[in-house]
Amino acid sequence: MMKFKITEVVVTFLSRLYCNTSLIMVVLCKANCGNKGVLKRPKTSDVLCKECFFKAFELEIHETITRNKLFKSGQRVAIAASGGKDSTVLAHVMKVLNERYSYNLKLILLSIDEGITGYRDDSLETVKQNRDDYQMELKILSYEELYGWTMDRIVEQIGRSNNCTFCGVFRRQALDRGAKMLEVDCVATGHNADDIAETVLMNILRGDIARLRRCTDICTSGGEDSIPRVKPLKYTYEKEIVMYAHFKKLVYFSTECIFAPNAYRGHARAFLKDLEKVRPSVIMDIIHSGEQMRFKDTIKKQIRGICQTCGFVSSCQPCKACILLEGLNRGLPKLGIGKKSKGDRMKAQQDLEKLHRVKNDF
Amino acid sequence: MDITLDFGGGAEVLFNNIKKRELKLDDGTKWTLRSFLQYMKDNLLTDRLELFMQGESVRPGILVLVNDTDWELLGELDYEIQPKDTISFISTLHGG
Ligand SMILES: [Zn+2]
Ligand SMILES: [Zn+2]
Repeated sequence: MMKFKITEVVVTFLSRLYCNTSLIMVVLCKANCGNKGVLKRPKTSDVLCKECFFKAFELEIHETITRNKLFKSGQRVAIAASGGKDSTVLAHVMKVLNERYSYNLKLILLSIDEGITGYRDDSLETVKQNRDDYQMELKILSYEELYGWTMDRIVEQIGRSNNCTFCGVFRRQALDRGAKMLEVDCVATGHNADDIAETVLMNILRGDIARLRRCTDICTSGGEDSIPRVKPLKYTYEKEIVMYAHFKKLVYFSTECIFAPNAYRGHARAFLKDLEKVRPSVIMDIIHSGEQMRFKDTIKKQIRGICQTCGFVSSCQPCKACILLEGLNRGLPKLGIGKKSKGDRMKAQQDLEKLHRVKNDF
Repeated sequence: MDITLDFGGGAEVLFNNIKKRELKLDDGTKWTLRSFLQYMKDNLLTDRLELFMQGESVRPGILVLVNDTDWELLGELDYEIQPKDTISFISTLHGG
């Protein structure tokens, strides 16, 4: 009888409390700090307050860095900075960790200006803000100065169907060139866990075994002569990066590239986000699958060497950037798109026509 | 009931590029995030519906916060909007 009464009292009390706070639920931080929780971590489902989230977020990146020995004391490290959320958070966290744990690194921001009017102009402003906020040196390298072509002019030549190929190939090499110019020991990029899971998925969908093999590597290096790339945010969820930037009030630039987005990648991304909604661990699960995959010996392993034309890392001769560039300069912009044999035929055809023209001129 | 609505991470482009706005909601009815999303869809959204919503909720990849708290802690669609709430929509889907 007593028991019933106590329950009744509790129920009445609780329902009153409920009414008074007008249904506002308060979930406390799991770290028992007494603060109100502000987010549920997708990786662990833990509810944390702002301060405990900052600590956990930064500590995990520190652990990723130390466990994988990404840096050595005294190194010069370029942070590939696009002005977007990932690289802005990466620059911020690298500065914090470098000071907190005395990494003794010299951090430099490296930005690539593709020459896309109305897109890069704004994001470069964001990078300059990062430079001032974090007191870091900034180097901006443009496609114009590296290749003699801006993306705007490339798009004029090729239209909007293959522009992402050009942009991607040129950007990858531009980072290598910038790193060499800055004489850094490695380049840190802002790839996050969601990006890597998406890339694993894309490489499976495309049957691109060479890329599948290396896309989950936290440190990639093309050989002795090339400067390694590292991904300190490899295990960091996109949601947490955005939350971190939001709570820390970091300013970043967030507009899709104004040229045609990659539709295929878009589908893979949407698919992954849908899965994540049902099962947040899917991101880590896919990365884990990628890491654990073993490949048959019969699959030719891509040997990454040095392009004999430009001297930068490549797995083919000449490198993709040099082929695309030759195409642009010859007025055959489709040269590097598709099979190499087709490109060779196009070149031969053009040389032949030139020869005829010379003959007719006589 | 007065509330503040703000957008970030690129979600603003779906709403006429306005990052922050003050709204007055009809006091006669009870507002949940579910009914508010319908209101946004009918009155504020300027871009394609599928870029913002999926079913009756937001599209996966768009974060929702109420007074800087993840809506996952507040009952998501069932959360009852209170006067002076700040509701934020932040896209994680835009380039980084
Ligand atoms: Zn806490
Ligand atoms: Zn080359």
